[in-house]
Formats: sequence, structure tokens, C-alpha cells
Amino acid sequence: MLVYTIRRLLVTIPLLIVSSFIVFVMEASTGNPLDAYVGHNPPYSAAFLHAEKIRLHLDQPMVERYVNWLIGILHGDWGPSVVDRHGVIREQLFQRLGVTVRLIFVAMVLAVVLAIIVGVISAVKQYSFLDYTFTFTGFLFLSLPVFWFAILLKEGGIWLNTNVFGQRVFDTIGEASIPPPHGFGSVLLDDFGHLVLPTIVLAMTSYAAWSRFQRGSMLEVLGSDYIRLARAKGLSRRRVMVRHALRTALIPLTTVTALDIASILGGAVITETIFQWHGMGEYLLSGIRNHDVYPVAGWLLVSAAFVILFNLLADLLYAVLDPRIRYE
Amino acid sequence: MTLVDIGNEPVEALDPNVVLSVRDLKVQFPTEDGMVHAVRGVSYDLHAGEVLGIVGESGSGKSVTSLTIMGLLPRSAQVSGSIRFGKTELVGASEKRLNEIRGRNIAMIFQDPMTSLNPVYSIGYQIAEAVRAHRGVSKAKALDRAVELLDIVGIPRARERVDSYPHEFSGGMRQRVVIAIAMANNPDVIIADEPTTALDVTVQAQVLEALGRAREATGAAMILITHDLGVVAGQADRVLVMYAGRPVEVAKVDDVYYRPRMPYTLGLLGSMPRLDASTRQERLTPIAGSPPSMLNLPSGCPFTPRCPMARDLCEHTEPDLQPTTSPEHLAACHFSAELEGSAANEVFEAGIVDDVPAGPGPDPKDVL
Amino acid sequence: MSERSDLLHDTSSSGQTVVLGGGPAGPGRGDREFEVAERSQWRMARRRFFRHRLAALSLFVFILLALVAFVTPYFWKWKYNSDPSFDFSVSPSWSHPFGTDDTGNDMFAFVLRGTQQSLKIALFIALFSTGVGAVYGAVSGFYKGWTDSLLMRFADVVLTLPIYVVAAVLGANVGGGTWWLIGLIVGGLLWAYVARVVRGTVLSLREKDYVEAARALGASDWRIISRHLLPNAMGVIIVNATVLMATGILTETALSFIGFGVQPPDTSLGLLVNQGQTAVFTRPWLFWIPGIFIIVIVLTVNFIGDGLRDAFDPQQTRVRS
Repeated sequence: MLVYTIRRLLVTIPLLIVSSFIVFVMEASTGNPLDAYVGHNPPYSAAFLHAEKIRLHLDQPMVERYVNWLIGILHGDWGPSVVDRHGVIREQLFQRLGVTVRLIFVAMVLAVVLAIIVGVISAVKQYSFLDYTFTFTGFLFLSLPVFWFAILLKEGGIWLNTNVFGQRVFDTIGEASIPPPHGFGSVLLDDFGHLVLPTIVLAMTSYAAWSRFQRGSMLEVLGSDYIRLARAKGLSRRRVMVRHALRTALIPLTTVTALDIASILGGAVITETIFQWHGMGEYLLSGIRNHDVYPVAGWLLVSAAFVILFNLLADLLYAVLDPRIRYE
Repeated sequence: MTLVDIGNEPVEALDPNVVLSVRDLKVQFPTEDGMVHAVRGVSYDLHAGEVLGIVGESGSGKSVTSLTIMGLLPRSAQVSGSIRFGKTELVGASEKRLNEIRGRNIAMIFQDPMTSLNPVYSIGYQIAEAVRAHRGVSKAKALDRAVELLDIVGIPRARERVDSYPHEFSGGMRQRVVIAIAMANNPDVIIADEPTTALDVTVQAQVLEALGRAREATGAAMILITHDLGVVAGQADRVLVMYAGRPVEVAKVDDVYYRPRMPYTLGLLGSMPRLDASTRQERLTPIAGSPPSMLNLPSGCPFTPRCPMARDLCEHTEPDLQPTTSPEHLAACHFSAELEGSAANEVFEAGIVDDVPAGPGPDPKDVL
Repeated sequence: MSERSDLLHDTSSSGQTVVLGGGPAGPGRGDREFEVAERSQWRMARRRFFRHRLAALSLFVFILLALVAFVTPYFWKWKYNSDPSFDFSVSPSWSHPFGTDDTGNDMFAFVLRGTQQSLKIALFIALFSTGVGAVYGAVSGFYKGWTDSLLMRFADVVLTLPIYVVAAVLGANVGGGTWWLIGLIVGGLLWAYVARVVRGTVLSLREKDYVEAARALGASDWRIISRHLLPNAMGVIIVNATVLMATGILTETALSFIGFGVQPPDTSLGLLVNQGQTAVFTRPWLFWIPGIFIIVIVLTVNFIGDGLRDAFDPQQTRVRS
């Protein structure tokens, strides 16, 4: 198991290098950050522009820039930023990663639980009214654009705050109040108030595909021979359903959720933007807008590593759940 | 199972020797294309300790009959008739009652050992589970019993293997594990549904041997369902031949093999290659055609289109199971008496091939 | 009963006459003729599709929507790129069915144009990525070995690239935002999913006996791929195409929303939602209508995809043998 893990990690390193190279080149070659300084009134001095050019390594050839950047990362230097003059890309990225992961984690837990409940009920009561309702609702949420739904909930939250609750129950701006409250309980409540709406957005737009999948997986398991044998043993319906059917039907879900982590990250980026969280999303979008290569490349490295790590965890979990693949 | 009609038969005094009593069992399924009549009136008695072989082609209804006994049909199935086990009527029985009987009094072995066991639990767990479902013993004791059972069915080094997972076993060994599960609680009836079909011939023998040991250890009666006449010959005391959802011949095994009274049985025997053929020149006499669709059965005897002896009467009236030479030998044929002393090649033509009209074959370009 | 006569009197498919029986007891009695008609795979698939009522309805709605979006602007007074009217921020009325925004633009014209663009881009994405991905995956799965490893490594790299990042980076910088360019960018990333799936299908199909038979008869590699493998994978491919269409619409509208997709003066449904996001309760038509259009389009595509999935790979429903 350890060997397998290490082998997997080794394989991913070249993958990270290649994809970060691609994005680095893409970003660096398709935009000039100094364009923002053009046409400014009063105009920036030539000396200043020249200094900026050197600082941002715009004078170096592409490959050299990339290699230097990569080496720099190993030393903890993530490069210069157009906007941030103090070179704190690494701190920014990891702090914001924490913010985003908080959102993703809670949303995923909620989505998985929802998917399992809906999927299992749909399978067990196949073709019932409940099944059709769940299916239709699922399709509806599958078809919902994340940004639209996020705006709806945000504005709705504000409306509820003013017209129903009379006070601020839903916090729609940022991920925490500024200044943050004192005391563990207050902080928790504050976090919760800020988390609620974005989590709902992310969870509801993710659970639908998984619930369809879980329904299919459960149906397949329910029709299998070993379920028939379990019933032939005289086991109670409940035991068959939980111990045999559910236990086996849950296994493929680990792979599916892992595969979708990249799109969840994408959804989180958008959701954060609308709720004005200071997370990875905001950082990426401002980096792109400013043609800021190093933050964008750094962003890619962090997010790709996150996705890969997550996939690895899912694979390990799969091996724990399914004894068949433990002996590779 | 949806109960359609339980009938108004008078309750007969049961022969204490009869373990299971099936009367006029009918099962039908609604499908996209219409109602499929899978079982159209099966009746038999299973006596204590005997082996009843049920033989038939795919679609003859033999598996559905056993699934009905176990109460494992899909919910859409419509069942009528009676299946009596002791004092209990199984048709329409409550799930609770069925669960008490399943795995304890009546046990079942399925066809495909590769998919019969849950891949995520050890085989010891799965056997112990069967034990603990019906008896309040501790986990340790149940596991001991599991080891004991594995020993009986011939799994070597049982104490070590008991914690293994199904995927570590071969097909034959997995089937023996399934047999161990079936015999765990000393049932009165073991139903083996095509237990050897999915296995190699050499492994078949091992599995049949394990089945034999299971019967010895538990004293159970067995219903052995198969399409393999060779297996039935070696194991069964009595044979029930099914065609198109009904029994067409019921007799002691010797009678069926040496003195068949229904053309279908005769045809089946004639289509088997035999090592003891008296002359090397004897050719196989297969039965032409294929079994009828269970969706739209024509009236009359369903075997008529394939039967060399068919006459007008056969197309109009479906024959009942009637006693022939002895009251225990029943056959469903209007002309069973004519078959006395016949061999297969006297009735069936050798080397029949379904005719396909000659004409332009497919263009090779289309195939490639 | 109609099904039975369908079977017996199907003149458009080939029929086979089977003569049964005959033996020493004499012919005639056993000579019953049964006409066995062969239904082609496509006819059965089509029949199954239309049995899925929601899918059939969705197909109808989708086509209707597309027609309205592409044809109506020719007859409509206001265009998305014409001078705005002087009705500022009016709610939906007869002259402006979808209302107007604060500069007097007729939202009906804008929403229709946005629908056009989103549909065009999504279709491009679906066709491009499915086409490229299917062939790529089929070749990779067919040849296995080194070819497969190499091709799949490249696909893996493409798969690790986050769609939004790459599309945003390129979309922000490769200016203009012409519709097919956006389609190309997104499609240029999504094809890898299709390639993966098709490769998997081909890997299992190539082991089938008919492939070996064709090879034994001397069929060339390309012939096997195009005549045997791809047609049998068609079900998977078509279903994937609809999924990609839905993904394409959602991705494009999201990109346009954050400003890296379709740019003004042209419009997209995503862009419209962006412009209306502050007016959810004050001028709801600016926010709700574009959003509902997106939802309806994606929903219908998803249902059609579900119907196609049923058509090509029917699950056993009420009966288990």
C-alpha cells in the first residue's frame, strides 16, 4: 500500500510540471501586465516601467523564466506579483486555500450525504412517485448555472434578512466578519452564518449527478446474485439493505466524487466571487485580469496538487472499502 | 409477490413423509411486450431425503418454480396455487415467516458462484451470518461452525481460509462455500439451481460430491435443477421434466432414462452423445426448432411444432399429466402409450437442421 | 397486439422464413411457417427514445427554442445591435416582452441573441470534443501498447488542466471572444473526457469475437475501427455528446459571466445574468429571464441525453428472469 502510494506520487510530479508549464506559457505569452500602465495620467516614468519589466522578469526568455520559477518554488520563493509588491504569493495562496477548502469540505460532505439518501431511496422505491420527484429535482439542479443560483441565494438571503428576520442571519459578504468576533462560540456562529449560503449553492449543484450515479449503483447491486443469496439466507430486509446492498453500493461513489473535485473547485471559484470570499477564486480572477503570471501559475500548482492529492486519498479509501483491489 | 388466486382446494391430510408439496403453481410476469406465463401449473411432492431432479431447457420455468418456493420473485410477479411446507402455506406468506424458513428449513444454491458471494465480506463472515440469523449463538461459535462446514464441503485448511475473501477462491471452491452456507442450519430442503452449469467438468464432480456430503450431513431432501441429463442421472431418485412452463413427465430416474413416455424426453435423450451407444453408426437425433415464446403460447400441446408424432388432437388440446404404465410414472402426451419400447432414432429423424431459405447471402463487403 | 403484427408484417426489414419439424411420422403437421422479422438497432433505439416521454417532450421544446432564437430576430423590430429604444427599465409588456434595461435595450432581442450564441458555442463544443475525443480514444484503445500509453499520457495532462483557468486565461487575452474561438478553447479541453470514455469502451469491444472474425477475414485496422468498433460505441458517444453540450452551455455562460467569454457588444446569456445581478428584486426580468433560459436549455439537453441513454442501453426494468 505504501509502495503504491509512493509510486502514484512519483507519477504525478511530471504531470504537475507539464501542466504548470503549459499554463505558465499560456498566461505569460498572451498578455502584457505593463499594458495596464499605458495611458495613465500622469504617465509613469520610463525608469519605473523599465524597473517593473526587470522585476517581473519580462526581459527573460520564456523557458528560462519558467525554470527559474520552478527552482524558486523549491526555495519558497513563488515569484513577483504585479499587484502585490512584497512578493507574498505563497502566503496568499495557502491562506486562501484554507478558506476555499473550508467551503469545499463542508459542501462536499453535505452533497455526499444528500446524494446517498436520494440515490438509495430512489433505487429502493424505483418508479415510485418519490423516485420520479427526486429524479426531476436532480435534473433541475444539474441544469442550474452555479453563478445564477449563487446570486439568487445571495439576494434572497439579503431579502430574508431585511424582511423576515429583521436582522442579519445570513452573512453574504466575505467568509468572516471584519473584525472577527471574540470567543470560540461566536466565531463558530459567525463562520456558520457566512458558510450557509455558499455551501448550499455548491452542495446543491454537486449532489445531483452523484445521486443519479448512486441510484444506478444501488440498483445494480440490488439486482445482483449476492443480494439474492443474502435474502435466501433468511436475513431481515433491513440487514440485507444496509449490510450488503448499501455497503457495496457506496464503493464506486468514492471514485466518482474524486473525479468531480476539479469541477467542484471550479464551482467554488465562481461562488466565492459572488459572495466575495477572500479565497482562491478571487486571487485567480484578479491574477488573470492583471495578466499576473506568477500568481496564476502558482494557483495552478496549488490547485492541481490539491486535486491530485484528493484523488489519491479517494483511491486509498477505495482500497480500504473494497478488499478485491488491495492485492495489486 | 402479488397473490392472485389461492384456489379453493380442500386441505388434504399431509403425508408425514412429504416435506414440500406444490399444487397447481402458476406464475406470470407483466413485461413490456405482454404477460409472460413462466409457470403454467406445476404440481409435485418432495419426499424426505429424496433427490428430485428437475430437467428442462432455458425458459421452461424450472428456475422460476424454485424462486417461488423461496419467495424470491420480483414484486411484479403474480403467483397462484399452493406450496405447502409442513403446516405453512408459502404462497402469500408474510416476509417475516418466509425469513424464518429461508436459510433454516429451506435453503438455496444458485448457479453462478462467481457472483453469489458478497465480495467485501470474508467467507467466514458470510457463513457465520447465516448461522446467527437463525440461532442466537456468539460470533466465535458461529465462526467455529463455519470452519466445521468448510471442512465438510471439502475446503482444505479450513481454519486458515475462513478469513479469506471470495475473490481469493476459485469458482468450484466458491460454490462449495455457497453449499456450506446452505447447509449451515441443517435444512429440510436444499434447492440447487444449476449448481454446476457455470463450472468446468472436472470441478463439477467436486461440487456434486460436496452436495452429496451436504445431504448426508443434514439429511435434507434436494431439488436439483439442471439441463444436464448426465448430472441428473448420477444424482436423482426421481426426475421431473419441464417444458414450456409445465411438467411433461415425472418418474423414477430409471424409468425416465430407459422407458420415457413423452416425445420431448425421448428427444432429449436422443440428442445426448452416449458413450454406451450400441453401434458407432448411431447418429444423434436432435430436436428441431426452439422452445415456444412464453408470451403468446398457441393452444394445444406446446411441443407440437417440434414433435414428430404430432396430430390434429395435439394442436387443439393440451394433454394433462396422466399415469402411464405405473401410477408413479406420469406423462403429458395423448399418445404416450405408443412410445412403449421406442428408441430415440425410431421417432426422431437423425441430423435435422433448421432449414433456411437459399438465397443471396450477405455481401462480404458488408461483413468486413 | 399491434406489436405482434408489427413483427409479422414488417416489410421494411429483412424477413426470414423458418420451416420446422418433419420426420419419419411425416411432414405437413410439423411444417408451420413462422415469419421472423429483424428489427434494426436504430429502429429499436428510436422506439425506446420516444417511450421516454420527458425526453421526447424535451426534444420538442429544445427544437422550438432553437427555432425561436434563430428565426424570430428576423421578424422582430428591435435587434441586439441596433440603437436602443427610449423605454428605460420597463417591465415586460407587449412592445417589450422581456422588458428593457436601464439604457433602453430591448431584452427580448438580447436574450434571443444570447441564446443563439450560447447554443452555437455549445453545439460547437459538443461536436468538436466528441469528434476529436471519439477518434482519439478509439485509436488509443484499439492499438493498446505504446501508442495507447503515449496518447493517454497526453490526455491525462489535458485532464489536469482546470477548464475555467485555461479558458479564462485564453479568453481574457485572446480578445474579441468570437464564438467559435471560445468553443474551440473549451472543446480543446473537454475532448479528453470523451477520449477516456471511448477508449474504455473500445478496449472492451475489441476483445469481442466479431472483431477477431473480421481480422481473420482480412479487414484492415482502419476498417475494423470505423466499421465495427465505432458504430458499436455509438451509443456511448452520442450520450456523451449531449452531456458535453450541457457542460458546454454551463461553462460558456459561466465564462461570459466572469467576463472572459463572449464580450460586449455581443451578448451571451451569462453576460446578461451578470448585467442583471443587482436587479434581482428591483427589476427581476433582467435576472430571471436569462437564467431561466439557461436552465431550460440545459434541462432539455439533459433529458434528451437521458432518453438517448435509455434508447441505447435499456436497463432491465420490471422483470428479472
